[in-house]
Amino acid sequence: MSDSASTAAPASSTPKVLKIEEAVIRIAGNSQDGIQAIGGFLARLAGRSEQEVMTFMTIPSTISGGPSIFQVRIGSGEVLSAGDEADMLLCFYQHSYEDHINSLKLGGIVLYDADHVTPKPEWQENYRHVGVNISSLTVEAVGGTGRDKGKNIYSLGLLAKIFDLNIPKLTKLIEERFGGKDPAIVQNALTCFNAGYNHSLENLLKTYQFYDAEKKNKHQVVMNGNEALAYGLIAAGVRFGAGYPITPWSDIMELLRRELPKYGGSFIQTEDEIAAISMAIGASYGGRVAVTGSSGPGISLKTEALGWASMAEIPLVIVDVQRGGPSTGMPTSVEQSDLNICCFGGHGDSPRVVIAPASVEDAFYTAIEAVNIARKYSTPVIILTDQAIATRIEAFEEPDLEKICQDISPDLTPVNDHKPYDLSVGDGVTRHIAPGTRVGSGKYPVVTGLEHDEMGHPTGSPKLHVQMTAKRRNKLRKLAWDFPKLKTYGPNEGQILLVGWGSSEGPIREAVDRARAVGEAISGINLKYLNPLPNGLEEIFRGFHHVFVVELNDEGLYGYGQLAAVLRARYCEPKIRGITKTDGLTWKVKEILDRARTLASQKV
Amino acid sequence: MSDIAIPFAPLPRTGIGLSDALVTIPLESDRKGLTKKEVAADHPTWCPGCGDFSVLALYFKLIEKRKIWHEKITTVAGIGCSSRFPYFVQAHGAHYIHGRALPFASGISLSRPDLHVFVFGGDGDAFSIGGNHFSHTARKNIKMTYCVMDNWVYGLTKKQTSPTSPLGFKSKTDQWGAVDYPINPMKQAIAAGATFVARTTHTNPNHVLQMMEAAMDHDGFSFIECLSECVEFYEGAFDSSNPRKGGTFNLVPADHDVTDEFAAYKLADQPFPGSFGIFYKNTKPTKNAKEAEINKSYSDKFKGLKDWEILKKNFDKLK
Repeated sequence: MSDSASTAAPASSTPKVLKIEEAVIRIAGNSQDGIQAIGGFLARLAGRSEQEVMTFMTIPSTISGGPSIFQVRIGSGEVLSAGDEADMLLCFYQHSYEDHINSLKLGGIVLYDADHVTPKPEWQENYRHVGVNISSLTVEAVGGTGRDKGKNIYSLGLLAKIFDLNIPKLTKLIEERFGGKDPAIVQNALTCFNAGYNHSLENLLKTYQFYDAEKKNKHQVVMNGNEALAYGLIAAGVRFGAGYPITPWSDIMELLRRELPKYGGSFIQTEDEIAAISMAIGASYGGRVAVTGSSGPGISLKTEALGWASMAEIPLVIVDVQRGGPSTGMPTSVEQSDLNICCFGGHGDSPRVVIAPASVEDAFYTAIEAVNIARKYSTPVIILTDQAIATRIEAFEEPDLEKICQDISPDLTPVNDHKPYDLSVGDGVTRHIAPGTRVGSGKYPVVTGLEHDEMGHPTGSPKLHVQMTAKRRNKLRKLAWDFPKLKTYGPNEGQILLVGWGSSEGPIREAVDRARAVGEAISGINLKYLNPLPNGLEEIFRGFHHVFVVELNDEGLYGYGQLAAVLRARYCEPKIRGITKTDGLTWKVKEILDRARTLASQKV
Repeated sequence: MSDIAIPFAPLPRTGIGLSDALVTIPLESDRKGLTKKEVAADHPTWCPGCGDFSVLALYFKLIEKRKIWHEKITTVAGIGCSSRFPYFVQAHGAHYIHGRALPFASGISLSRPDLHVFVFGGDGDAFSIGGNHFSHTARKNIKMTYCVMDNWVYGLTKKQTSPTSPLGFKSKTDQWGAVDYPINPMKQAIAAGATFVARTTHTNPNHVLQMMEAAMDHDGFSFIECLSECVEFYEGAFDSSNPRKGGTFNLVPADHDVTDEFAAYKLADQPFPGSFGIFYKNTKPTKNAKEAEINKSYSDKFKGLKDWEILKKNFDKLK
């Protein structure tokens, strides 16, 4: 907690109130304890209080049970990562206590369930220990047995007291969450909450209070990255999708299955991954960009069909929520190791577009951008997100939906004549007419995976294969000129440039802030467009002594992560080096800085 | 995020870049039925004498007879000799990847209720690489017509064993004769839950046309197995079903109850050449209808609201 020196509360008998900018709270328990619910309430409250918030969670990849954590970072200013070290650890079991004490900063607070945790004397010096009989007090509050399900809400009450949270807002959130069911359930939840809130924390003298956040112009919405992405697709006008369940992609398909019927659309659960992409391509060919998606092995299975979409030049959106690989890998951990398969996976030269959202908010807008690139360039577009963005909750300014939502229903206006793969059009981009469109000349196009002539009919002509291959490649070169101009975070020259993509963006920006604060000439840049790469990168690289590509994947046989290898191949620039890791966890700011400083001290 | 770039402004719906004035297209009311010449596209690449020619000719005849317009149908295929079909038909068509024509066609069928989707393919496409899709498209009863031109051999790759090759068939991958028990397409279709299952053969054109018409008129997943001889790699395979070659062409018995699944299965169990005609048919609602029903019940709740207003309701709950 970055607290200021000023104490607000005067009287010695009442606890001191310390003003703080931000707090990192880690909640550790088992997956069925409802700790995600505590985190969710805190995040939603922060959103309603115009604060910034970011969460981080780990889920065991077991069917039921197993240790789980949820970390919330709430700040009155900008929050860029889920926080390196926690200010408070709320732990329900001995294992939660022992496994996570290291995540706590020195002097931090351990709030533990005294029914299950025995504090270790050797740790009591370094951390403030506050024991509460959370389990038994919950049972006492709501009566009966087997009620320890409410201990998460009881704990929320404790936290509300410690952090002087807005009680009317929290109460409203609890009512909203449990409302609509049996009124006894809401009552029960509120009883738990109040019991926690009113529990006397005699040995904890301080109460913390967040500084008021800067007034924001608009309301904030609070959601996770998968939700943001799925809602973005709906806003973009997507009304059809197909998928097969796999973690962590499934949330997106569940949401679309539930929501699309409201708009007259459907999302179909298919028999397998190949059927899913094939059905989405079929619907896209039907005239309206459709979506499919997956994670891990599912992406491998889709590559043949993806190649067909490149060849036939069919617009399509494919979501890849990356998880640890290869094979079944680490289904509930984060990794950025699908860059290669997304940019290059498949046989033959099969250009496609790959873009990576950097945050939850960005996931919403990236979905819209992906749909529009797919339509404008008649190409498959992969949204390369990851487990960390998928599961973390952020608050962001409510999008102007009236302005953003678009109608992309198929246009079946008859045409005189049509050549889908016309080689003479100026921009070199294929325009398909949807089936159902009358063609005056009576000559109808065919779409195909065979090399084809301008009407889509197969050809073995070497000349046409050369021309069509170039056509498919050149339209993406043209796309690269449409990308927004690149901007560094921090000055555009200095000692070290940290290059990141996807969920690394936040921690990199925080690393830059921290380094700049102590006088180090470190800047950052986030690459959202991974294939094709944006123009102008070489210029930016020229301004720095070192270019370090920070990514969550392996350094590979030759010592570079996946994006680093692409950048080295593209720019032949020896100062590009890699900072990679494969522990399945998001970057800590300290890790990035330590690694960058060490690498900079080594000879190229 | 400090600033978010959406470099691609929404494209106009009519922005596909076709500028020709629409002068040559006759009015809908002035249209005459299409002639064979108007429906035919590329000359087929099949070997002379191939059974597939007859299936194509009868598809043309179906279009002529039923006065179907070019743009109201979509012809889809996977990979194989027979799957070259879409190139030979003057209509919207797609030649997709091996074995996956059914899910592709499902995407069209489920998102474009105004079109009738015909899928043509071979036994390898349907029962080997695409076997999974066959079962699931059938059980979901997705509306389309699927005509499998079964020749009992891989022809495009020049004579390897197919999933319907009978035991003992000598191919390049089974020089001593096929050892794997063949798939029985009719049993497969009935067991998978197909709602229209018929069998015909290329040597009886009138029967093929009858089956195609009945399949097209069926509201659901209609499956036709059409024996189609590969004269190059499996000559004479179906002679015993062809009266002109001394075989017998037996229609499904007149008293067969097409709604009786067990009776259909028994018909399918007859030794070759078996019977020809509709084995099984039921009127279960299609997936298309079920999805439309879900859509209606949900979208009715939001009637009168613009899309962005519906989405706004979700966002209001996320504040």
